[in-house]
Amino acid sequence: MKLPPYAEALGLSVEPGPEAPVLVMPFGNEVLGRPGFLHGGALGGLLEMAAIGALNQMLEGEGGECRVKPVNVTVDYMRGGRDKTTRARGSVTRLGNRIANVEAIAWQDDEARPIAAARMNYLILR
Amino acid sequence: MSAVTDPPRSWPFDPTRFFAARAAGHGGLLGIGYRDHGPDWAELELPYDPRLIGDVERGVLASGPILALMDMATSVGVWLRLSSFHPHATLDLRIDYLRPATAGRSVIGRGECYRITRSIAFVRGQAHDGDPADPIAHVAGTFMAPEGYR
Repeated sequence: MKLPPYAEALGLSVEPGPEAPVLVMPFGNEVLGRPGFLHGGALGGLLEMAAIGALNQMLEGEGGECRVKPVNVTVDYMRGGRDKTTRARGSVTRLGNRIANVEAIAWQDDEARPIAAARMNYLILR
Repeated sequence: MSAVTDPPRSWPFDPTRFFAARAAGHGGLLGIGYRDHGPDWAELELPYDPRLIGDVERGVLASGPILALMDMATSVGVWLRLSSFHPHATLDLRIDYLRPATAGRSVIGRGECYRITRSIAFVRGQAHDGDPADPIAHVAGTFMAPEGYR
């Protein structure tokens, strides 16, 4: 997965996975909101990147050239992000001809206890 | 022994001082700055920066920084409507991407708080890159104050 400049600004790295990559975001000043906590915007950016990663991996598996455009995103913030590494993974709920519905969750210690989740809709230009 | 006093739960809110003091953190990386405000809204600016590009081919800003901009603008809108700062957390935020931002242009985000209950603030806003009549994004969301807004 090739990361855009914004992902580098967040300090992201990629752990490949069978269905979707896991994006890893270290804690640091670049992603700090109020003292000691992750910024909601950085967390939202991470979730969007994880969703796109999952979608791209599925589209590459299908072969064929296409571009994706984000239509919208809804982010739910569940727990404050603390001073530790955050991971996020997307999963494609449905891939159609024109629209993909994708979800992503972000967690710190335990994947079963997400700190934030996002739902995104993408337009697919084949 | 001196008397122990709890820190105040809220205090008067001045957006210009708030942003002058906030050069650190994610907002500092994004370079988000203050533009204008009213009784229940704030307008902030996200300067164009190649480090924030999400679509390399077209040079378009990633959506994450726009999400951060609107989160901050709507959050400040809440404190303005209250006329005081209260600690709160984003509960949810939805963004509709109406069109891509134009490469090279700053993004202006205006966030408004249109209703506050005991513990929830309801917000909405729009972002544009020069012409408010041709917005690039529309947002709706909620914030929650764990200790209440009033």
